[in-house]
Amino acid sequence: MEEFLRLEKIHKSFVGVHALKGVDFTLRKGEIHCLVGENGCGKSTLIKIISGVLQPDSGRIVVEGQPVASLGSAATMARGIQVIYQDLSLFPNLTVAENIAIAEVKERGGGVVDWDEVRRIARAAMARIRVDLDLDAEVGELPIGVQQLVAICRALTSDLKLLILDEPTASLPKHDIENLLSVVRDLQAHGIAVLFVSHKLNEIFAVAERITVFRDGERVATLPPNELDDDRLVALMTGRTLARKVFAFADASARKVLEVRGLSKRNHFADVSLELRAGEIVGLTGLIGSGRTELALALFGISPAESGEIRVEGKPVQIRSVQDAVAAGIAYVPENRLVQGLVMKHSVEANVTATVLDRLLGRLGLVDPARKQALAREWIKALGIKVSNPAVPVQTLSGGNQQKVVIAKWLAASPRILILDGPTVGVDVMAKAAIHDYVRGLAARGMAVLLITDEEAEAVANTNRILIMRAGRIRDEIVAAAAEAEQVQQLVEAPS
Amino acid sequence: MRAEGQRLAGATVAAMLRQLLRHNETWLAILIVVLCAGITIANPAFLTYENVAGFLKSSSMTGIMAVGVLIVLILSGSPDVSFTAIAQVVEYAVAVATLQWGGNIYLALAAAAAMGVLMGLVNGAIVHWFRVPTIIVTIATFNIYFGMLYVITHGKLINLVHPMFRDFGNTLLFSRVSSIGASYGLSLMTLVWLAAVLLGWFILRKTFLGRSVFAIGGNEVAAERLGIAMLRTRLFAFGFVGLLSGVAAVVHLSIVQAVVPNIIVGKELEVIAAVVLGGASVFGGKGTALGAALGVLLFAILNNGLTLLNVSSYWYNVTIGVVITVAITNSAYQALRRRRARVHVKVEA
Repeated sequence: MEEFLRLEKIHKSFVGVHALKGVDFTLRKGEIHCLVGENGCGKSTLIKIISGVLQPDSGRIVVEGQPVASLGSAATMARGIQVIYQDLSLFPNLTVAENIAIAEVKERGGGVVDWDEVRRIARAAMARIRVDLDLDAEVGELPIGVQQLVAICRALTSDLKLLILDEPTASLPKHDIENLLSVVRDLQAHGIAVLFVSHKLNEIFAVAERITVFRDGERVATLPPNELDDDRLVALMTGRTLARKVFAFADASARKVLEVRGLSKRNHFADVSLELRAGEIVGLTGLIGSGRTELALALFGISPAESGEIRVEGKPVQIRSVQDAVAAGIAYVPENRLVQGLVMKHSVEANVTATVLDRLLGRLGLVDPARKQALAREWIKALGIKVSNPAVPVQTLSGGNQQKVVIAKWLAASPRILILDGPTVGVDVMAKAAIHDYVRGLAARGMAVLLITDEEAEAVANTNRILIMRAGRIRDEIVAAAAEAEQVQQLVEAPS
Repeated sequence: MRAEGQRLAGATVAAMLRQLLRHNETWLAILIVVLCAGITIANPAFLTYENVAGFLKSSSMTGIMAVGVLIVLILSGSPDVSFTAIAQVVEYAVAVATLQWGGNIYLALAAAAAMGVLMGLVNGAIVHWFRVPTIIVTIATFNIYFGMLYVITHGKLINLVHPMFRDFGNTLLFSRVSSIGASYGLSLMTLVWLAAVLLGWFILRKTFLGRSVFAIGGNEVAAERLGIAMLRTRLFAFGFVGLLSGVAAVVHLSIVQAVVPNIIVGKELEVIAAVVLGGASVFGGKGTALGAALGVLLFAILNNGLTLLNVSSYWYNVTIGVVITVAITNSAYQALRRRRARVHVKVEA
């Protein structure tokens, strides 16, 4: 196949960091190419160089056989290269039609806007990937999966030759992921190359024609998927082989730490009963809208249940607020760490110690800064959070490390019951393994863990029982050791 | 067959009505009609040509300003508050300059507009280059402009202005003569307001520049990535509110025919409240020129009505405060509701 883009010996350094070390990379016309690697391996830098946001320190870029001095943002778009970032770059206050057409209208020189033309542009783009969206809907009102289609349609209004999707599925529910992958294949049918960045190995294997692996600023391999499997890919990404052990729950007769009977909340979930024993990791899964996150929010008092009974260590407790839940020894690590879990602009130290400030009081009843810092350092060490100094803002950390900060924050409160909602979403393979190992360690020391996850494989490997919710109720319970991920998936998607 | 056709026509009308009721402007128009009806019942003098033309004239200054304030609010999600100071300075300067050098009303308007644009551009430049929130920048420039005015003029009143302003301000269309011999009618000032609204509508709705204002207000990062001219759009918005403040100053001068150097400042909140009442989001990215006009109109009716009903005019201030509070909490509530709506679970019985 003809090549569309070739990078030769690309070097790029930032202050003190050699992000790309002489990378060679080619992309063929109309291929689906996946880019994988751990956080900080250089793949984001590579995307930014291809999209013209960054200029390489040295090296050569060839687009369609022609050497290019450097790719500025506008020059990149003119060559048919478009990037869809994770945040999608949409305008929530504008309609679908305008969001799709705005780039094209701008290219034509702006001036007076012809609204009929705007709709024509939008319809033509939608037709190319065979989607049919309400042109007048306000984009901010649409679910994230539909918003993504709007972003793709916008890219299609130009003469698109290469579409770069930066972790497009990180925040998508399962159904939308499948939809997106089929759109990606559709694009390919139109001769458009797609460079697809993802942490999710199963989608990579489902969609890629070639897979390029990055590690420490170097391209370690480019291979077709049939020459790779999960273990090989992880080994290439990390330079190590991960020995995966299935979680084993030691003591099936351990005391019951949490008992829930008939918990209900209108429009959220109904008649939920479950038990957690000390040292147990129980998986909870279900589609978005099955009520699993809502159940977690109720157990943690954020949106309390309306009826039912909760017992902790055999004693009935009322959970009407977060304070009640914390007092009962429940900790919750939310699904969206950015929104609910962390104060992004505050330091690692401030975040880690936020839940336990009352235990760090010195004389005069004020928080003792020395004790606060000592505690933060302790947790940074315990979880292996990569940070130069506890005073740096959390927003400067990588996703995996941010996730560890949230976990540290709640573990600092030494809870008896830990609810983890999607703890490894958007986290790379190594960080994911580290988080899993850590959670197992907590269980081994007697903590009861409720692990909410979208990934069936994660539930199967890391829990002893899996609860499956559909339409607001727990419908199935299976033993993890005897289960296959596919079986869990079927139950999750079964008609309720 | 005919019944079917009627049913379809009925359905179309119902759909159109639903579409109409989704617009804030429709509700505002209904509210205005109800308010007018109520006031008229209490005092029939309200709904007379003379009275209506009167309040349409006296609110033309805030109406003109509102269009500019709207555009900056859409762009920044934070209001410009310096526009009254700009208008105040321009009014004083124009009054003094025309007394000194004479000239004609067109020249006065052009000079006022130019001066307003310059002062607005200062805001725009600071917001763009130093990434300071609009409200902070404009509070600062408000104090600079208004403070300088007092430093230079010592707050001296101007009781006599050039007669061209009286001629301009008293120009009437469809004029009539009242029983006591005074003429009344549709003021040219009201038409200047109307022109400002039409201009604002055209820019916001029909030009790419206007759409860029919405785009930046909706998602600044995305707008920048898309290559939208950030500097040009920001300078336009702030220059435009300056321009309209300049024009509004001349309109005000022509109505009042004197300069009290602190008469315009203090009206910021009233104008911002009218714009927000007209459906502009306090978080930016939303609003229409028609809505802003209806918001000003509603306040004008309210103010006039309270006077006609012999109610304390401080109720007017209370209303402005209530409108701002309700609008802000409502915007925030809508955002909250949208987030919650996404996690609705259909629980099986």
